[in-house]
This record gives sequence, structure tokens and C-alpha cells, in this order.
Amino acid sequence: MATVELAGKSLEVDADGNLANRADWDKEVAQAIAKEEGIEELNERHWLVIDFMRNVFEEKGDAPSIRKLTKESGVDTKELYALFPKGPAKKAARIAGLPKPKGCI
Amino acid sequence: MAEPIEKLSIVVSKGSLDGIYPGLIMANGARMEGIEVMMFFTFFGLDAILEKRMDNISVATVGNAAMRLPGGMKMPTWLGAIPGMSTFATYMMKREMEALDIPPVREFIEMISDAGGEIYACKAAMDMFHMTEKDLCPQVEEIIPVGTFYEKSAGAQIIFT
Repeated sequence: MATVELAGKSLEVDADGNLANRADWDKEVAQAIAKEEGIEELNERHWLVIDFMRNVFEEKGDAPSIRKLTKESGVDTKELYALFPKGPAKKAARIAGLPKPKGCI
Repeated sequence: MAEPIEKLSIVVSKGSLDGIYPGLIMANGARMEGIEVMMFFTFFGLDAILEKRMDNISVATVGNAAMRLPGGMKMPTWLGAIPGMSTFATYMMKREMEALDIPPVREFIEMISDAGGEIYACKAAMDMFHMTEKDLCPQVEEIIPVGTFYEKSAGAQIIFT
């Protein structure tokens, strides 16, 4: 497994470049990944999405679908794409320290 | 490594539930990956963006050789022609889709449009079915001829469904 330098730490990542160990994740690491994804500063709306994703993952073992995200997190589809322009499901999961979502929707 | 896909044009030409959904799922999935998407609805595929029809899309039980009964037995073709069979199959399939978090057509079109996907109606098909702009759902950007479709698809991969 590959390792990358994030927020001054050497961390293991999976084949998609997402964190391999969820225990390695903290807010600084999230900010460092966000920067790699072109998001200069995570704001409270980003955090709302990230926290929601982490909670769903904790419960279900997979990241939520975009539909679930927009229906339950309080962030609608338009805003979601504005927050994570290069694809919310994949990018938000990566910043949240989760594996790439398995769902199709 | 091969070049990643950056732009897609998806043509939807069929109006049955199984004709419409694959295109919608692929379009939404592309946006989720950050791929630019436009959708072009033509012929019976127009039903997916017509105000009066989009909430009433059904499964074709006639002429569908892969159709199975609950339990997995192949459905005899004559059975598909019985009144109510398509309604029943549609009900079953919509229930399965809802469980997978796949939205109804109207919500799906809204989702794709809100995600930045562009929705277009085919001019020839609109004329053929005597439809005008006011028959379309509000997410449709424009009615365009095929030439414009190709212009807008510059640099895109085209998928026909």
C-alpha cells in the first residue's frame, strides 16, 4: 500500500488515493486532502457534508448516495456541486477519510 | 495511463422505464465523478421530459424476452399482453429501485439538472409528436436540431441508449 505525506504525517492510502485507515483522519488531514482537491479552505457547509458522510458510513458501512445526501444533510444538489465541484460523492468521501462510495446513485 | 473521460453526451431514444433509466443513471453517475454531461432526448425518449408523461413511465412487458416473473421463471410472452401486466411489472420495479435510492424520473431529471447536467429535446421528435416548449419540464434548456447536438457535443463521448 502506498503512503503519502499529509498534514506533516505519513499516511497509508488505498488504490483510489483515499485514506486506508480511518483512525488516521482528523480535521487537519481533511484540510490537507481538500487542498489537494482544489478546495482552499473548508467552510462550515463543507464540514456539514463531511460530518454527515462520516456518520452514515459509521452506521451503514458505505458513504451515502447523492440523493440521500441532498435529502437528509440539509445541503441541496446545487450547493453540493458548488462545494465539491469535481464530483461531490467521490471528493467529499476522500476528504472525509472514507473509501470511494460503492453506490451508483 | 489512458486519458480520463471529461465530457459525455447521452442520447435517450426509448420511452419505457428500462429505456430511460440507464441513461439517467449514467448521466448522474458521470456528474458525481465530475464529468461534464449533456442529455439529448429523442423519439419516445421524450416522454422522460414531457410534463404530462414523465410521471407515468412504465416497463414494457411485451416484446421483452428477458422479462421474468417474481421467483425468476421466464415470463411467457403472451402473459405480457394481459391488461395490468405492465402496471404490475412497473410497480414491482419501482419498489426495487426506491430501495436502491434510485429516484422517480421527475426527481432524477431535477437532480441531474441541479448537478449541472444539461437537458435538451430533439427538434425532429418534438415536431413529429406535435409538442412545443410548453409541454416540456422546466429543466429542459432548449429544443435543438441534431446539428446543434453535435456542435454541443464537441470533445465529448456520445452514448446512445
